[in-house]
Amino acid sequence: MAETPLVELNDISIAFGGVRAVDHVSVDLYPGEVVGLLGHNGAGKSTLIKCLSGAYRMDSGEIRINGEKAEITNPRDARAYNIETIYQTLALADNLDAAANLFLGRELTTLTGLMDEGAMEAETRKVMGRLNPHFQKFSSPVSALSGGQRQSVAIARAVYFNAKILIMDEPTAALGPQETRMVADLIGELKKQGLGIFLIDHDVHQVKELCDRAAVMKNGKLVGGVVNVEDVTTDDLLGMIIAGKPPEGVAA
Amino acid sequence: MTDTASKDTDATRPETAKRGVFASLELDMRLLGMIGAFILIALVFNSLTGGRFLTPRNVFNLTIQTVSVAIMATGMVFVIVTRHIDLSVGSLLATTSAVMAMLQTEWLLQVFGLPLGHPALAWLAIAGGLIVGTAIGAFNGWLIGYLTIPAFIVTLGGLLIWRNVAWYTTNGQTIGPLDETFQMFGGISGTLGTTWSWVFAVVAVGAALYAQWSARRTKQGHGFPVKPLWAEGAVGALIVAAILGFIWTLTSYEVPQRVLERDFEARGEVLPEGYTAAYGLPISVLLLILVALVMTIVARRTRLGRYIFATGGNPDAAELSGINTRLLTVKIFAIMGFLCALSAVVASARLSFHSNDIGTLDELRVIAAAVIGGTALSGGIGTIYGAILGALIMQSLQSGMAMVGVDAPFQNIVVGAVLILAVLIDIIYRKRTGAS
Repeated sequence: MAETPLVELNDISIAFGGVRAVDHVSVDLYPGEVVGLLGHNGAGKSTLIKCLSGAYRMDSGEIRINGEKAEITNPRDARAYNIETIYQTLALADNLDAAANLFLGRELTTLTGLMDEGAMEAETRKVMGRLNPHFQKFSSPVSALSGGQRQSVAIARAVYFNAKILIMDEPTAALGPQETRMVADLIGELKKQGLGIFLIDHDVHQVKELCDRAAVMKNGKLVGGVVNVEDVTTDDLLGMIIAGKPPEGVAA
Repeated sequence: MTDTASKDTDATRPETAKRGVFASLELDMRLLGMIGAFILIALVFNSLTGGRFLTPRNVFNLTIQTVSVAIMATGMVFVIVTRHIDLSVGSLLATTSAVMAMLQTEWLLQVFGLPLGHPALAWLAIAGGLIVGTAIGAFNGWLIGYLTIPAFIVTLGGLLIWRNVAWYTTNGQTIGPLDETFQMFGGISGTLGTTWSWVFAVVAVGAALYAQWSARRTKQGHGFPVKPLWAEGAVGALIVAAILGFIWTLTSYEVPQRVLERDFEARGEVLPEGYTAAYGLPISVLLLILVALVMTIVARRTRLGRYIFATGGNPDAAELSGINTRLLTVKIFAIMGFLCALSAVVASARLSFHSNDIGTLDELRVIAAAVIGGTALSGGIGTIYGAILGALIMQSLQSGMAMVGVDAPFQNIVVGAVLILAVLIDIIYRKRTGAS
């Protein structure tokens, strides 16, 4: 791949108290590519990605977007770089309805400066109609929605605003088989549109299926490097997660 | 958030397939419940007092007694919705009241050489008070938002600090009488009279109907479902009846003959035979209505309001959505401070002087009003009209019991019990509706 990477995370480190949650990790991401991030709970995957989404400030290292150094100190900065994140917790305000959550922080307003509720609901109905045609509860707070419906609201929020870089933190953890299929199809479609996607997941089979490349983290460190998914078996990936050693003969 | 928080009354309308007559009206059940409780209280006291509770005079008094706490309660809704608390509102009221009293009786006279009774005195004093209140509130918000000291501690300290800053400012003296223009905001000394009260009623009816119509048109414009026309008409008729009934009651409270005689004498005239005049809508109540209107628009139609409720519902989600929750905290407490100063205008004007103990225990009344009005301490849920109704219910209980002749200790015991009961009913209500 000779083109410029969409995202370069170079030598990122972050520590909480005495714990090195992320320890000199480098990962890159190209347009139209899905990079999987694997590892046990607490391996540092989510923490690494939160440096990119602006939720955490890294202690050292640099982030480059399209080859240029990026300063991301809060979630607003990340959004300005068209980085959208679907958090594991979904990060929805449960007391608000779907439209309010979708546009949270980016509300549509009328000329008077007041929020344009009608326009926001209409847009929400449009995007939800594409993602989840059965969704009808537009005036209920999201706490009244099922796990899958909540997930689709969170996904709608990430894809509505023309994301270039999408971060998905275990997007299928709370979903049934059918909804998982839906997310997989969506990832394929977004890939075709040229988005770069970081997919954090536990499931090596899913990573094998959905991702182009994968990186495994253990105790805050990258195990080997970023590997091409085609070059490794699920057993290799499992070995990397459990033993923390790259399989022999795989170019890191 | 837990599932108990699932029913936000103003955002929620369960979409059911079959819709009964009642469902078609799309009425807010919590609002109905509170209005029902209020009517019940009013009717019970009315029968216990032999019809004295629901006289125009008592309704008038009830409304002007409610204003000060109700104004602050609207601000407390924002504070509690974002999972904070403000224990310093009564003390902040005292400090701003002291500042305004000193401004209009001493400081403005000494510094600017304005004579007592100068028409600008009241307005400069009010402006000064509002600035001081907003600044203190913003400072509280900064301590809470940026220095991350818990709101409970900041405002508990503030309760002591500002109560005694007020004391120091006036040397503990009662300051009065206050400026005549200033006293217009107190209630009985500033009313709109019959004609202007009805002008207000007409404007209010027009505005209410227009708001209803334009909301319906917006929904139709986007092709969203709307309620049937007859239901829209019924809700509109209820609102119109409530506005007209309220104004009719207030304009039925006539100014006593001896007061009229005194007024005419003061102007060097003689009271004409058969002349009567009514008080009508007090300016303080008009002020409360304006505050309620602005705060409701802020809560529902502005980004600030949306961020307040989002932060209350899920602070982490709000932060991750790029909302500056620290600055938001400063804004919320600044609004609270502003409203404390506004309440101080009403409270001191009603007394016609500033006293050292003004606003004592108001923090508890204000928090109780907000909570009885359906504001959840767990955050994310609350309405402006609920808080005002909560204040009205508390004041009705208090003055109703006083009229019946209940001993003072029992009055407070009952109000305390009602607060706890209201929250219990609310929890049960949310569990039921959240489950269905």
